[in-house]
Amino acid sequence: MTAANPLRDRRDKRLPRIAGPCGLIIFGVTGDLSRKKLMPAVYDLANRGLLPPSFALVGFARRDWEHQDFAAEVHDAVREHARTPFRESTWAQLAAGFRFVPGELTNPDDFHRLAETVAELDDRQGTGGNHAFYLSIPPRLFAPVAHGLETSGLADPSRPEAWRRVVIEKPFGHDLESAQELNDAIERVFPPESVFRIDHYLGKETVQNLLALRFANQLFEPVWNNHYVDHVQITMAEDIGIGSRAGYYDGIGAARDVVQNHLLQLLALVAMEEPVSFDARSLRTEKEKVLQAVRIGGHIDEASARGRYTAGWQGGEQVRAYLEEEGIPADSTTETYAALRLEVDTRRWAGVPFYLRAGKRLGRRVTEVAVVFRRAPHLPFDATDTSELGQNALVVRVQPDEGVTIRFGSKVPGTAMEVRDVTMDFGYGHAFTQDSPEAYERLILDVLLGDPPLFPHQREVELGWQVLDPVLEHWATSGPPPSYAPGTWGPQESDDMLARDGRTWRRP
Amino acid sequence: MIIELPATSSAAVARALVDLREQYGAVALGRVLTLVVLADGADVEQAITAANHASHEHPLRVIVVRRSDVDDERRHGHADRPHLDAQVRLGGDAGASEVVLLSAAATLTDDVSSLVTPLLLPDAPIVAWWAGEAGAHPVETTIGAMAHRRITDAASCHAPLVAIRDRAESYRAGDGDLTWARLTLWRAALAGAMDVVASRGDVPGVSVVEVHGSSSSASVDLLGAWLAWALRTSALVRRVPGHGVSAVRIGFDDGTDLVLERAAEAEVAQLSVPDQPTRPVALAPRSDADCLAEELRRLEPDEVYGEVLVRGLPRVIGG
Repeated sequence: MTAANPLRDRRDKRLPRIAGPCGLIIFGVTGDLSRKKLMPAVYDLANRGLLPPSFALVGFARRDWEHQDFAAEVHDAVREHARTPFRESTWAQLAAGFRFVPGELTNPDDFHRLAETVAELDDRQGTGGNHAFYLSIPPRLFAPVAHGLETSGLADPSRPEAWRRVVIEKPFGHDLESAQELNDAIERVFPPESVFRIDHYLGKETVQNLLALRFANQLFEPVWNNHYVDHVQITMAEDIGIGSRAGYYDGIGAARDVVQNHLLQLLALVAMEEPVSFDARSLRTEKEKVLQAVRIGGHIDEASARGRYTAGWQGGEQVRAYLEEEGIPADSTTETYAALRLEVDTRRWAGVPFYLRAGKRLGRRVTEVAVVFRRAPHLPFDATDTSELGQNALVVRVQPDEGVTIRFGSKVPGTAMEVRDVTMDFGYGHAFTQDSPEAYERLILDVLLGDPPLFPHQREVELGWQVLDPVLEHWATSGPPPSYAPGTWGPQESDDMLARDGRTWRRP
Repeated sequence: MIIELPATSSAAVARALVDLREQYGAVALGRVLTLVVLADGADVEQAITAANHASHEHPLRVIVVRRSDVDDERRHGHADRPHLDAQVRLGGDAGASEVVLLSAAATLTDDVSSLVTPLLLPDAPIVAWWAGEAGAHPVETTIGAMAHRRITDAASCHAPLVAIRDRAESYRAGDGDLTWARLTLWRAALAGAMDVVASRGDVPGVSVVEVHGSSSSASVDLLGAWLAWALRTSALVRRVPGHGVSAVRIGFDDGTDLVLERAAEAEVAQLSVPDQPTRPVALAPRSDADCLAEELRRLEPDEVYGEVLVRGLPRVIGG
């Protein structure tokens, strides 16, 4: 067990948390995620001095590469995508710990060669037997990789004080059953506390700020309930299509891709009760409690909407329809837009609908949570005075232009009494740093430090599927989804869903 | 954009800032603190550059108070009638901040707080930064008493080793010195190395702590003071040619050593930890702007710095 370090003082906040000696082994190292996010994040961490000198990065893929070919590949990725400036000294130090093992994910022999490399790193680089395995690969390959790690002995720490961790990315299955199967494959080999599920949204500063906003302030929590809140809208819109991700996206769709994980996690953070502390277990307890209370608000036909983008002009560009994207079968019924009306059965939220929507080729790229308040019970003005007054709203902008906006009514200057909506704005970039780390930097560091608060637990994943499964089953039997034009805010069905409640979607 | 306001008053500058905000939009929104910089002569532009750089991390209003020299006054024929000249910089000339440069004769700058009070951001913390000489007791000046944090820089004083001991003498909660921030990377590397030692069981007793560094660097003494304070021992300082800190050795009772060494001007240091291969550690010298940004990151008193200064510094031998 680690003893106390006399050079670390709890009050000494200047000293960063540096990961101990360890290695990161990436499967699927030639993929997009690895090149655009993981490798740059590793470099940025090193550049910020947060990785130990003995850090090692091992790539495993089906390529005929030597170590230096791999290093060259990482170099290019870092040059192109890293957030911090390129420094030769950082690079030289980092590159000394690079290894590449060519191999098949399904071939146990290749895992034995990987095990030799890992042992060599413990010896020569001083990684101390601590290793994290990052599975940046399709979920169907989780089982063979877990098996390979097990048979080669890689899953077991070489010494009692060393650790082994495994990192997996969404999608965590495509329904409840498959999520459980996936989890069984991993947890047969690794204990639950060694499994880190990455939901990069939870690594974003603004999402963590939701907790600070709610629980560090006296101003918001008293009105954060059904006495004052009319409804909540959670939006995740992308302006791009599926691009080259047809193989991944078709058959998955918007609901499985983002609603099941990101949007439900955002909902959990907005709706949960105050945790007794901010350690991983207490946070998870509260998130699980609220996710257990989530259900579809009404008959599925009326409480859900889906859509698929058609061809057309979007912002001066001619774009293809979903069905015309490369690799999409003509009989595909995958939705590119999903909206749900959910209810949270708790005393705090009874009667407050939570509207979730996510889609591609929408008006613009934006992710936000809008808490829309009820109207004042009595307005001591003439009706004409307040004709331009809407509902008060508190909007947390997750991306881009991270911040918080509050909308409220204000008197228009002049002799007449006229009230109109105005906004009060807090921009993260205005009040704090431009220099906030990428979500992946934070998350990779947390994995290496073994700090789990930001990683969803299997139970949360399963609760998410329990909410979504009935909707997905219903959609599967209802033919192709309705269409919407690119650059709009989704299909008519979605607007109708809110109109039935006498509400409208915000234009984000 | 640079706006000159000759022979003016602080209240007029404050009005000008409000007007500018109305004309050009949200100039003063989201500022988190007011940084009052006390600088003379050539230090001024350097200090503004550092503050502008730091403002990308902490949007701030910078108020620079510059004592105009007597010759300057004479040349403009104002020697007998002290007055205040101001300059406001916004947009591209001010990073993510807004800079107000106040120049006045000594009679006016003696009481800095009355000059800057109308220009302080409401409610936001005040940080005072002495970019050059700070005098023996910064906290006893009017601006020092008013500020939440006082930042000095022993390295830019003419006698750094005396200056850092003055700081220890007059230390009050809220003080800080850039010399300390310059050490953060060294301290992080040493603490990281000690993590490795601690991961194998109890850290053995420490028999000797040595810090090698330049004879004009207060950082050398301060690093020794930190180690002496944290390891409950004394630290030996050895003066060698060069800039800043060049090596640290921590000798344990069991005869093993932890050594961190950096050659002059190098960006990489060599770290050797007992039972591990010697390896390079990135340890580039830091710019003043980086150090200032770090200093502004926390606005509560830095208790560790205070204890190192007051309790650790007397344990440095050969300083």
